[in-house]
Amino acid sequence: MAEKKWMPRWFYQLASPRWCYQITGKLLPWFALVAGLSLIGGTLWALMFAPADYQQGNSFRIIYLHVPAAILAQSAYMLMAVAGAIALIWKMKVADMVLKSAAPIGASMAVLALATGAIWGKPTWGSWWVWDARLTSMLILFFLYLGVMALNSAIENESTAAQASAVLSLVGVVNIPIIKYSVEWWNTLHQPATFKLTEKPAMPAEMWVPLLVMVVGFYCLFAVSLMMRLRNEIVWRERRTGWVRELLSKQ
Amino acid sequence: MTMQTNSVESQRQSLSGLFWATCRREYLLSFRRKSDLVNPLIFFLMVATLFPLGVSPEPGFLSQLAPGVVWVAALLATLLSMDALFRSDYEDGSLEQLLLSPQPLFVVVLAKVLAHWSVTGLALTLMAPLLGVMLFLPADGMPGLMLSLLLGTPTLSLVGAIGAALTVGLRKGGVLISLLVLPLYIPVLIFGSSAVQAAVTGLPLGGYLALLGALLALALGLAPLAISAALRISMSS
Repeated sequence: MAEKKWMPRWFYQLASPRWCYQITGKLLPWFALVAGLSLIGGTLWALMFAPADYQQGNSFRIIYLHVPAAILAQSAYMLMAVAGAIALIWKMKVADMVLKSAAPIGASMAVLALATGAIWGKPTWGSWWVWDARLTSMLILFFLYLGVMALNSAIENESTAAQASAVLSLVGVVNIPIIKYSVEWWNTLHQPATFKLTEKPAMPAEMWVPLLVMVVGFYCLFAVSLMMRLRNEIVWRERRTGWVRELLSKQ
Repeated sequence: MTMQTNSVESQRQSLSGLFWATCRREYLLSFRRKSDLVNPLIFFLMVATLFPLGVSPEPGFLSQLAPGVVWVAALLATLLSMDALFRSDYEDGSLEQLLLSPQPLFVVVLAKVLAHWSVTGLALTLMAPLLGVMLFLPADGMPGLMLSLLLGTPTLSLVGAIGAALTVGLRKGGVLISLLVLPLYIPVLIFGSSAVQAAVTGLPLGGYLALLGALLALALGLAPLAISAALRISMSS
């Protein structure tokens, strides 16, 4: 073993479906615990203790669902594209499965963001839907998810389906900034992003701290649901191997 | 030294030779199947006819609608023609030969798509003024319409070819292509129809055309890579 190891060992271990199944099995309860605690705690904090907005009153509280869902919808696409790149470059089967499992979760987050946005828009802007830049780009993101899911289900061969969706999600990721800016120049009504990495949020801390807790909770929820789907997918794709048969015969 | 320059020279010649040979083959094939050539154009005309019937025949209203309608119709017509791009090659086995050949797939794919564009997208561009007249687009908007279509339709073809390559092995690729590709067409649609709007209202349209050109440059550089990868994946099963 004279060659230099530039990739940590766990990266290769994750490439083995069996290892991945075991590691995610160990991580799952912890993520579930954090997700449960922060979602329950964050919701209680947001609904009961955070101050009401001086203009929008209590209707602004939907932000605690809307913003985390929107952030997750975008992060899930990034995760999908990274998994797609790993699947194409290193030919890792597990990355395929991550891509396939992340798509429906991301799509449902996009739906949640759109639905909460519509419910929020009715009292604030006076209509369920406006053709505003950020709404439209979220809708387009949802369409991109649907495309990946449709392609994945249309191709019968599992590995071909996974590679094709990997290419599509990479093409989508190149397009996302272009779509975002083109739509933004086209029309803008929505308020700017709540969290920016470079600036302090414009709202007071009592309002944004519970939001941050909710975002963390949503990320953990996403991780839990991704791992559960991934484990399911691993067992299904590896159903003919010895270790899965052994695992199933034990249950 | 001379050996080296010779080999470089011959390589370059063979690349451009490859490009033109592929183009020539595409032209021959498409002129022998004239229906594939004409159908997208008829579709383009028919979609534009539906709007006055469905919305209102009133000239003032239609002229407001015209930039968007012509652009959407052109986009749909391009999309409709994409399914045929690789399908016949796939069915008669020549696609497999192309993938097996030692020549770079990038050049072959680029030549195929550009040849396909020149019989669909270019034809749509040349036909667009007719639709503009039908929809009462003001005469000031015509140069903007033609220029924006000229710069925009190659991007549509290149991006559509990615969808065509991903679905070539599937029996019912047609609907799936539109699902995959339509969201990716949105920036081109926005900048294209904005360019026409700007031309109609007398605003400078250089910025929109520059953006369309940038999108085209990006697509020319990256799309053939994605198309070749997608073709290899589609043929592997």
